[in-house]
Amino acid sequence: MKRLINLTPSRPVQVLLGLLPFALLIVIYMVASDARLEINPDDKLLPSFSQMGAALERLALEPSRRTGEYVFWQDTLSSLKRLGMGIAIAASIGFTIGLLTGALPSAHAPLAPLLTTISLVPPLALLPILFIVFGLGELSKVALIAIGVAPFIARDIQRCTLEIPREQLIKAQTLGASSWQIIVRVLIPQLLPRLINAVRLSLGAGWLFLIASEAIASTDGLGYRIFLVRRYMSMDVILPYVAWITFLAFTLDWLLAQLSRCCFTWHHQGGA
Amino acid sequence: MSEQPMIKARNLWKHYGDNTVLERINVQVHAGEFITMVGASGCGKSTFLKMLLGMESPTYGELLLDDKPIPDEPDQSRGIVFQQYSVFPHLTVLKNVIIAREFEHSPLLGKLFGSARRQVHEEATELLETVGLADAANKYPHELSGGMRQRLAIAQALIRRPRILLLDEPFGALDPGIRNDMHILIRQLWRKHQLTVFMVTHDIKEGFSLGTRLWVFDKLRRDNQAPEAYGASITYDIPVGRADPEELEKLTGLHDPSPVLLRQASDS
Repeated sequence: MKRLINLTPSRPVQVLLGLLPFALLIVIYMVASDARLEINPDDKLLPSFSQMGAALERLALEPSRRTGEYVFWQDTLSSLKRLGMGIAIAASIGFTIGLLTGALPSAHAPLAPLLTTISLVPPLALLPILFIVFGLGELSKVALIAIGVAPFIARDIQRCTLEIPREQLIKAQTLGASSWQIIVRVLIPQLLPRLINAVRLSLGAGWLFLIASEAIASTDGLGYRIFLVRRYMSMDVILPYVAWITFLAFTLDWLLAQLSRCCFTWHHQGGA
Repeated sequence: MSEQPMIKARNLWKHYGDNTVLERINVQVHAGEFITMVGASGCGKSTFLKMLLGMESPTYGELLLDDKPIPDEPDQSRGIVFQQYSVFPHLTVLKNVIIAREFEHSPLLGKLFGSARRQVHEEATELLETVGLADAANKYPHELSGGMRQRLAIAQALIRRPRILLLDEPFGALDPGIRNDMHILIRQLWRKHQLTVFMVTHDIKEGFSLGTRLWVFDKLRRDNQAPEAYGASITYDIPVGRADPEELEKLTGLHDPSPVLLRQASDS
């Protein structure tokens, strides 16, 4: 018998083992749900899969009687728009600040301490201020995501910029490059895959800020919906929505990974 | 060899805080010399190279290039090859070389298009041929072996036609066989491009066989209670290159090596 640390399951066994916990969770849920529904058919806590399906069908495939919109898709679109705008703004601000503070000592001196301080402010604590300043509309929600995520991206890009070997910057200077040319041709191309990576890491926080701000002040959106139906204990809506949000998060992450892989092959094959 | 020395160091000192690294360096170098620098770690040879490059300035004294203080930041008059990290990982071999010309001709974008690009292309391909990298033109640096990467770094350093080429232990990480090929290449390029070469090395044999002049960096004064009190200077300034093989054998430690050389050799 080999030592446990040397025992590696074969590939098919690995896949099966990976699926096992999911199957187990589903089975446990179904058994528990059946047991509760048997005692009380109106139980709302653990709805059956058919109940969830019906709720989802109502929201996704039938227009709302009140507004005529397809609620599920409207929620998805609004949320993705807010998240996308927030993250895009955060990425451009964060990248610029991170690049400048990392590349130029004279930008590092005034900006780096400020950046460190700002990144320690809990963004959710700023939400009331954003609501007061920007009102309850779209702007404050997008602003929360941007403010919450930008400092993280800025610090990450700053660190990556400082990690690029000095030898390269000196080499570029001996080839006659100006500061601007070094930024454009040496630093930015090498930092773009790292930006994608930083965005992937910050998407989790982005979703958190999105759902929090939608829960507090909104008229549509995935976060708004689950907090709205909570009042009626509609687990049959909440659970599919949570699964959908998880799926969207997974897809976004996967798309970014693919984008990075196809645009920056050199980075993924070990070329720094 | 021209009459006027190209580089002059006059009573050059370098301190880092309380730490004296170099002291009383007085040398003159003519255009076309090939200088190899050996010495124990921390003996200031790399510091001296950095001063030639413009990354460090002397604390006292002067370092003159054509009778003017040497520019205090790196520029295209002095090419450099480091032991590693001196090529751009995000560019192919060809683009790594072309980028130097793009820096020169396109201040805003740092990129060339159309006929200007084709012209630079040709020049770069030619240069890659002389260093033996023509077949790898479209590969990325991570796909190259260590020796090929250094060939690329050399090609890159030469395209702007610098007068001075600085080499900081360029072959330290290479296998002996490949190192030999690189020696032949660097001597060819030195003659062809009429370069003045400064090379830091840990390999004493390389130091003797490759250049025309060998500098040994060592401390003349020592205080064991305060090892940082005194700096190193150039203790031996030996014309080499024309040294016959027998003498070389003797000096590199087979028969009766001199104490200084023994210390260098054990350090490398």
